[in-house]
Amino acid sequence: MQEKNNIPEFNRETLDLVDQIIKRYPAGRQKSALLPVLHIAQSENSGWLSPEMMDYVASLLDIQPIEVYEVASFYSMYNLKPVGNCVIEVCHTGPCWLNGAEKIIAHFEARLGIKPGETTADGKFTLKTVECLAACGNAPVIQVGQEYHENLTAEKVDNLLEQWKRENKVSHTNPYL
Amino acid sequence: MATKILLNNIEVPGLADFQVYRKLGGYTAVEKALKTLTPDDVTEEVKKSGLKGRGGAGFPTGMKWSFIDKKSEKAKYLVCNYDESEPGTFKDRHIGQLNPHQLIEGMIVGSYALGATTAYIYIRGELFYVLRIIEKAIAEAYQNGFLGENILGSGYSLNLYCHPGAGAYICGEETALLESLEGKRGNPRIKPPFPAIVGLYGSPTVVNNVETIATLPWIVNNGGESYAAIGVGNSKGTKLISACGHINKPGIYEIELGLPVEEFIFSDEYCGGIRNGNKLKAVVAGGSSVPILPADLILKTAAGEPRLMSYESLAEGGFQTGTMLGSGGFIVMDHTACIVKNLLTFARFYRHESCGQCSPCREGTSWMEKILMRIEGGQGTMKDIDLLVDIAKHVEGNTICPLGDAAAWPVASAIRHFREEFEEHVKLQKCPF
Repeated sequence: MQEKNNIPEFNRETLDLVDQIIKRYPAGRQKSALLPVLHIAQSENSGWLSPEMMDYVASLLDIQPIEVYEVASFYSMYNLKPVGNCVIEVCHTGPCWLNGAEKIIAHFEARLGIKPGETTADGKFTLKTVECLAACGNAPVIQVGQEYHENLTAEKVDNLLEQWKRENKVSHTNPYL
Repeated sequence: MATKILLNNIEVPGLADFQVYRKLGGYTAVEKALKTLTPDDVTEEVKKSGLKGRGGAGFPTGMKWSFIDKKSEKAKYLVCNYDESEPGTFKDRHIGQLNPHQLIEGMIVGSYALGATTAYIYIRGELFYVLRIIEKAIAEAYQNGFLGENILGSGYSLNLYCHPGAGAYICGEETALLESLEGKRGNPRIKPPFPAIVGLYGSPTVVNNVETIATLPWIVNNGGESYAAIGVGNSKGTKLISACGHINKPGIYEIELGLPVEEFIFSDEYCGGIRNGNKLKAVVAGGSSVPILPADLILKTAAGEPRLMSYESLAEGGFQTGTMLGSGGFIVMDHTACIVKNLLTFARFYRHESCGQCSPCREGTSWMEKILMRIEGGQGTMKDIDLLVDIAKHVEGNTICPLGDAAAWPVASAIRHFREEFEEHVKLQKCPF
């Protein structure tokens, strides 16, 4: 993403992708592209949707900014505040809880020194709890960007954290690319 | 051997590849439908099959299709509900990930039957990696002439697209899904009008679950009567059951409807019994929304008949002693599980997922969670237990969409069957587990 005077702007490749998505819906129904385009916008904006970015999306789809805000605030995958480079989302609904999700959350808390909803001081990790990820047979489960990690144990968590630290993991990549 | 329609070839390496799927007989249903059947013929076969919607509500698919106003000059739409989010349910993820062409083939024959020339697969945003697998398969189907203009020279054209959600269980409710597909908040619409009359962009629309649609190619190939020959009573065909919790073999199983519950839980072919040799305590048989049943009532009806995995048998006894087949999300709990704590996670889920439109659901789900936190945390009173029952009663049936019911039923049933466990929490002023 290029930025001039705080006004975001997608590069050509991303704009082409947006155009291609808009064409999936009937003429005049370009607002239908809002959810997919917000996913792309978030990935281009360090994993969160700033007011400027939402205004930009409104201009791309030729809709009012309020139509973007009301949607962005409804869906749990959109972050309206800055997040860390790597957002770790731990499922804690029934089936994951039955299989030890609380221990996994406690383990992340201990290793990262933060509680769910917080970001580490170095900005590398954000910890979140989420509701059912539809992978209950392999509980406990976490999601990081587009990756699922399943059948988690404390040992697996340690290995993952080590790997993510080593490779400076960024979870907000463009989901279409 | 039980018939397999959805998992038949699931272990074949590279099944997600067009060529592999095609060699196994893939896309023959499209050829048969477009070359030898009229759209009404296809609908007729689906009606004959007795197939019911596999997303949870169990509405007969053929009947749902027949509500479409075919004479309407507006475009018709088929939309696949891939918003799988009901706790305990993880069957649809499997289909798109491993066998996307069977879903696409189902979308083509379904769209043909309905007269739709544009169709969408609405998939929950968390499953973006599955969306990409499906989009790759869609591209292959276009390249091979099964999508796009004038498919197989039949004159029938269809465009098929994926559309991601962004984290909202409520979008599994079909009118909320359509709102979301239109780029809005997922607030369910007031019905009537039903989507078959006023659906996507105000046009006649059918919304069907992934598993329902993936079953269509088999029905077209083999005929509705062959499908109806499988199963028991009005529970026709096969069903995917996603089994999880305290069992030895969690996973996705395709059963012929009518399999005894006891066999499903304890045989090595399916769940393989309870982990660590523990005792079966309770089962939530059809996703988090359906009433929980204690071990004795899930294995046998109140009348002492063996309970079967079918719409009718699981519902036997009504909500007093029965439950529902629902989505097939089968959550098993052994004697170490705390019913109150498990219920609290469900209550938190429904509070989180309530869209907030209707006061009974918006407020009620929040109250139920708070009271359950109190009981589980050792600060509950005996009156709290009755208060929960009272709130559940007032949420149920008083909302635009079924999320209110879905939040109320688990609370009401847990107290109905495990009241002494709630009372124990109150007496001990802590969780006994």
